[in-house]
Amino acid sequence: MKKSKIVVIGNGMVGYKFCEKAVNSAISEKLDIHVFGEEPRPAYDRVHLSAYFGEKTLEELTMAPLSWYNEHNINLHLGDPITVIDKEAKEITSLNGKKETYDYLVLATGSGAFVPPIEGVELNGIFVYRTIEDLDLMKEHAKKASRGVVIGGGLLGLEAAKALLDLGIKDAHVVEFAPRLMPRQIDGPGSKILEGKLKSLGITTHCSKNTARFSGGSSVTGLEFYDGQFLEADMVVISAGIKPRDELAKKIGLKTGTRGGIEVNEIMQTSSPDIFAIGECALYDSMIYGLVAPGYEMAEVALNSISKKITDDFVSKKIEFSGFDMSTKLKLIGVDVASFGNAFIEEPECQTIAYENKAKGIYKRINIDNHNKKLLGGILIGDAEQYNMLQQICVNEMPIPSDPENLILGARGGEEGGGGVMGLPDSALICSCEAVTKGDIVSQMTENGRTTLDEIKKSTKACTGCAGCTPLVKDLVNGVLKEQGVIVRNVICEHFDYTRQELLSMTKLRGLKTYDEVLESLGTGHGCETCQPAVSSILASLWNDNVLAKGRDVSQDSNDRFLANIQRGGTYSVVPRIPGGEITPEKLIVIGEVAKKYGLYTKITGGQRIDLFGAHVGDLPNIWEELINAGFESGHAYGKALRTVKSCVGTTWCRYGVQDAVSFAIEVENRYKGLRSPHKLKSAVSGCTRECAEAQSKDFGIIATETGWNLYLGGNGGSKPRHADLFATDLSSETIIKYIDRYLMFYIRTAEPLQRTATWIDKMEGGIEYLKSVVIDDVLGINEELENEMNSLVGKYKCEWKEVVETPELRKRFTHFVNAPEVKDPSIELVPMREQVKAKDWNEVAV
Amino acid sequence: MNSILTDIDWKIACHISDVPANGGACVLINDEQIAIYNFERRGEWFATQNLCPHKQQMALSRGMIGTQNEEPKVACPFHKKTFSLKSGSCLSGEEFSIKTYPVKIEDDLVYIGV
Repeated sequence: MKKSKIVVIGNGMVGYKFCEKAVNSAISEKLDIHVFGEEPRPAYDRVHLSAYFGEKTLEELTMAPLSWYNEHNINLHLGDPITVIDKEAKEITSLNGKKETYDYLVLATGSGAFVPPIEGVELNGIFVYRTIEDLDLMKEHAKKASRGVVIGGGLLGLEAAKALLDLGIKDAHVVEFAPRLMPRQIDGPGSKILEGKLKSLGITTHCSKNTARFSGGSSVTGLEFYDGQFLEADMVVISAGIKPRDELAKKIGLKTGTRGGIEVNEIMQTSSPDIFAIGECALYDSMIYGLVAPGYEMAEVALNSISKKITDDFVSKKIEFSGFDMSTKLKLIGVDVASFGNAFIEEPECQTIAYENKAKGIYKRINIDNHNKKLLGGILIGDAEQYNMLQQICVNEMPIPSDPENLILGARGGEEGGGGVMGLPDSALICSCEAVTKGDIVSQMTENGRTTLDEIKKSTKACTGCAGCTPLVKDLVNGVLKEQGVIVRNVICEHFDYTRQELLSMTKLRGLKTYDEVLESLGTGHGCETCQPAVSSILASLWNDNVLAKGRDVSQDSNDRFLANIQRGGTYSVVPRIPGGEITPEKLIVIGEVAKKYGLYTKITGGQRIDLFGAHVGDLPNIWEELINAGFESGHAYGKALRTVKSCVGTTWCRYGVQDAVSFAIEVENRYKGLRSPHKLKSAVSGCTRECAEAQSKDFGIIATETGWNLYLGGNGGSKPRHADLFATDLSSETIIKYIDRYLMFYIRTAEPLQRTATWIDKMEGGIEYLKSVVIDDVLGINEELENEMNSLVGKYKCEWKEVVETPELRKRFTHFVNAPEVKDPSIELVPMREQVKAKDWNEVAV
Repeated sequence: MNSILTDIDWKIACHISDVPANGGACVLINDEQIAIYNFERRGEWFATQNLCPHKQQMALSRGMIGTQNEEPKVACPFHKKTFSLKSGSCLSGEEFSIKTYPVKIEDDLVYIGV
């Protein structure tokens, strides 16, 4: 069989997506694909380009490794752009002189940065922001730059500003020609809120500024604006828009737009029937689509057009491109920004509802039609949680609540706002990157028996692009399961068909003491990394035996297995307990000496203790031996266990204090030290209402009053801060300890694995009021039992590090190489930082 | 089959008691870090590279072992990427995979084929 030969020019995200769709299609066997890319590396995720400076490696950004192209018999030529197309002979020639004939040609040449012809634009220190190479150049220059300026306040410009911050530039500026940021997505008030947010992150915005020239000798020194003002800069990034790469198309006489772009019809065909154009180089209906999702759709349409020509049949449903909903939601430098539908339509054409909260940096606007029936569009800044639903309501023209403000403010006073995901029509587009509709997902579940998010991701590819639709897909999966009458029960994993609460009661009832015993009598199979730590935590909460003894070590998560926190590079950190944050000068000196002796980086933690970083696994027992000899105990910083009880100095020193906060914090910490629980536990004691110990952000917080203590429960810091609820007031020391005993044991008994007290209370039916009825009024009649259990755990406390140090068998496990115990892991690299050391950045470690 | 076995260069890695039951340990052979797992619950031994390809960390020997639908696996302690102990392929959906080695036990000693 003769194969049809397709040459793809361009290996960006869209060019890659075309290949991926082609090799996964029904006609894959009939295709011979050749790809030519200008860049020296295979396609990578340009949407998350700034992540290259921070959280992601190049490998993670790469769409597919070279081996993928090999496996699918795609001939990939990198660093070799096409210079000549011979339309008549159907042949292309590359820069390196490679010639290739084709049956079909796909232009996926993308776009380049638009560089306005400003005087001085050729100076050193002026960059564009488009490719990995651009980023590498920026990286070099940023080392000696202190102020960076981005020209262009659009999507990409703000991404570039984030990149400047990631490069260590403290003083970043954004210059925008329009009177507001992101002029195509958001309005003036939205821009103001966004500018405020950016300011707090170190990015200054200048709107309505038109750059007249760049000043400088060889390197740029500043920007002169037409209004006569001047902004100093030693680095400039131009992100003033994109320019479709249509030069090849022009050369061979394909129709192009007056402002650039290769004209295509609804099947992605250019003016030459066997040449197609997709992505940012394609001009459809006088518009360039500068987002990845429409590009992916174009790739599918082009594949269908080619398939039709080869087999007279299509490979999928998307056979025509008819424009694209350009709604966007993204996280810019940690700030949610979204716009959808017709974001700018104004009165009298519609009714506009806006909510603005400057203190929290939130702005929301929705546009409703004059009959109060339809959502026309809107803007969300600072909090875009409702974006998915709103965008769906908008594109599907779904009915809206009679009080449309409920859409952005939430229902107040009973009525539910909006119909939820199950109310969407089947045609609703859930994942725009992969064009997956609600109907696609529902039929995967009802007809193909898929029941989990992971299965849906695999079978439909939903959530695999930008992942923005994941919450919506999750709700949909749960909604369909609920409709099918399936009760969603949070069982541990494939090895234990029980909830944590069920497993804990049965383990207790049967007196099981090791993971193997629990697996044998209550589970199936051979365990995994989910059930082992969950069971280990249950065992520790029930019996408080040493977590490493009796073969329990291997079923602990790494931190518990080595009683230390694993850190970048594979070293561990050591945190001795410093109850209440009180420490003698002698003990401080010991910590300092140990740190010096073992070359450890030291830092004060947020919990009023000292963390020693960079310890080799083999050094841990020796380090702890020295600490224990000086009177320290394990701080359990590695465990899902009680961490610290912070305190302020209270009446011991403070002129405002009303109770002795330090002494009580020490008492509380010593009572609960070593207590293992579903997740970590933090506490604090403040000596007066000024609350210097921040007790209201803790799992249990204690604040002194004139006559006793107030108890606060369920507080949390972290990514989702929650203020603790006031639980009871003016308690004596004895009563408050009783309440805390009951509260903690009830939490240990009933929470899910890795659920903090804050979420536990939020998900509890009846919430804090129910918790009061259990802990204070004893409606379940279990308080005596809970107190006895806690007393037994407290009585059994031993410092687990002391036991390890004193037990040769356990000590032996702390080696990197079992066949060469004296050799330390040679791959560990510590590099100097200020006057100490740090782990080498794992994005820089050689492969 | 026998003719294939003779091609393997068996190296003594360690004593069986050096590797905890249902856990892993790391050995150094020819400057290479190899993770050995004693999967006692299944009565099987496995060996893989110690390096987790995700963030290039020498850590797999410290990971928890278990199964996913009967496929034996190890989970890297850093970000819980899981790998088949049989084939080395990544079971948590990543493109990368790890190298595996044959293991045999003789006279309470663990041998690795390199």
